[in-house]
Amino acid sequence: MATVSYRNVSKHFAAGSVALRNFNLEINDGEFVVLVGPSGCGKSTALRVLAGLEEITEGDILINGRVVNQWTPQQRNIAMVFQNYALYPHMNVRSNLEFPLKMLHTPKEHIAQKVAEIAQMLNLTDQLQRKPNQLSGGQRQRVAMGRALVRNPSVFLLDEPLSNLDAKQRAQIRAEIATLQKDLGKTTLYVTHDQVEAMTLGNRVAVLDAGRLHQIGTPAELYAHPRSTFVARFIGSPGMNIVSTHLQSGENNHWQIEIGGQYLNLQPETIPHHFHLGKRRIYIGFRPESITTKPVGNSFLCQVKVEATEFLGHETLVHFSFLGDKSVTPLIARMPGQFSTGEGKMDFFISIDDLHLFDEKGTAIDRENFPGNVTQSSIMNLL
Amino acid sequence: MKNFTVQLAVYLLLGGLSLIFLIPVGMMVSGSFKPDGHVLVEAGSLRTFFPGELHLANYGDVFDRVPFARYMANSLFITATIVFCGLWINSLAGYAFARLQWSGRQALLAAVIAILIIPLEAIAVPLFYEVTLLGWRNTYLVQIIPFLANAFSIYLFYTFFLALPKELEEAARIDGASPLRIFISVIVPNAKPVFAAVSILTFLTQWGSFLWPLMVTHSEEVRPLPLGIAAFYTLPPLQWGDIFAFGVLMVLPVLLLFILFQRWFVQGVATTGMKN
Repeated sequence: MATVSYRNVSKHFAAGSVALRNFNLEINDGEFVVLVGPSGCGKSTALRVLAGLEEITEGDILINGRVVNQWTPQQRNIAMVFQNYALYPHMNVRSNLEFPLKMLHTPKEHIAQKVAEIAQMLNLTDQLQRKPNQLSGGQRQRVAMGRALVRNPSVFLLDEPLSNLDAKQRAQIRAEIATLQKDLGKTTLYVTHDQVEAMTLGNRVAVLDAGRLHQIGTPAELYAHPRSTFVARFIGSPGMNIVSTHLQSGENNHWQIEIGGQYLNLQPETIPHHFHLGKRRIYIGFRPESITTKPVGNSFLCQVKVEATEFLGHETLVHFSFLGDKSVTPLIARMPGQFSTGEGKMDFFISIDDLHLFDEKGTAIDRENFPGNVTQSSIMNLL
Repeated sequence: MKNFTVQLAVYLLLGGLSLIFLIPVGMMVSGSFKPDGHVLVEAGSLRTFFPGELHLANYGDVFDRVPFARYMANSLFITATIVFCGLWINSLAGYAFARLQWSGRQALLAAVIAILIIPLEAIAVPLFYEVTLLGWRNTYLVQIIPFLANAFSIYLFYTFFLALPKELEEAARIDGASPLRIFISVIVPNAKPVFAAVSILTFLTQWGSFLWPLMVTHSEEVRPLPLGIAAFYTLPPLQWGDIFAFGVLMVLPVLLLFILFQRWFVQGVATTGMKN
């Protein structure tokens, strides 16, 4: 059992690239945290510096409250599952599972007992004599997890462990990892670029980009309250639609934004104090599932041009653009069942309650914190 | 039809080339079983490849006329020591260049690569001077020590280790293995092809080594086979059957080694530097 802390951790490589910038993260005992982000965002580096495979340039890494910057991987008592499994190809499954225990000079009888336990837990008992190249991808993944678990580590690290599996195996192993983590209660840090894995596995999800932590929260928090356009676009499948527009002072002391050829009025309290009168860039976000073809609740009408549709069986993804909008922002709506209207001009309704506002830097305008306790329904459709 | 013609032409060409290489070998093997008077007489005809009766006296002569067993033992000892110790030294050096981080690594690696192009003949005289100062002449030591570390072998190991997945070593580090344990338990078992290739290439080079032993040795006690066969040539009377028998006996260990490790050797040479 262990807690993990990253305190102002930075990692610079010799070539001048920066993998982590002032990275802070606290992981509670037994918690399952997922690091997610695009390729090159620094998530694997975050894992490797915790494992002791890379030295950090600045900051501190703590395990159970003790600074471990100078500790070897073995002293940290962590275990890691690699993207390509990293099983020793010349050893059979039994020898692979025995190796970490042998390095700890564990007595032979204890090694045999421990390997038998792990093999049974991971359904590998029949595979013990096989070499890694005689196993399926899923079995290899289980051996890799077994090798990581066999010496009872305090922290369990997984670096994109499902990326080499096909879709069916991925779903199966994902469920197995979730169950295993719940049963064993190990503190787990999991790295992936797949937001579906992140959302389904993590107690909390940390979103990284360019070496910076953008946001950490429960999957529901990230989905409902993204703190930046990056998180909004990254979380959700497909991600949030983000439209660039302008905020300007309008009639009756209201602020006005334009979206899809419509003007929406915002009450003054909606806007942060430091916003000055005048025209400024702003981003509006809405999820593909907040769009309907009929008015539902508090929604506003937009005329759109359907560009393409993708039928997925239980739903259809509709690629569209606002009519008359010259920007090339790709927008997507998620419609239940088969969307058979075809391409062309039509009416869409966007839920006002589900609109997200972001300032010109892409940071969310958090309405709950503004004076006057402004609610989402303060966004009104003028037309 | 066109493909067949092209293929036939290619096979004929390759067959012809093979013959050019095989004819001397065939003459040597066949001649080693002929009475001495038949060897040169039959050299111009097809009979040169067919010994007729198996005349084994030539092989007896090899052992009677020169201390062949001594030459053979010397060659086996020198070559085996160079191969065995060289594998350790060069593979560890290759691993250090490929995987460990230490100051001066790049400069030293550049020096190793530069040494690749320097032939022994170019440094033979200063090397001779050095071993003379050390008092190593006419010993096994002088035939072994200068050839243990080999730039070409280091380079082969270096390129092979570079291509091995780094995660294997990282997994072993996390499992608690020391760098030497990682090398012995994880790297070496997964580098058999390059070990086989370096073994055979080193063996072949050292087995046929002539110039250096000629310079630094003078007694039969420490001289290897190539000097033995040279001495045999000059030993009157000149008997071609005996010389061929010497040649066959000299080739046998190499042939045996090649047959044993042929699969690894071909794989090793083909995959060195580009293993996934």
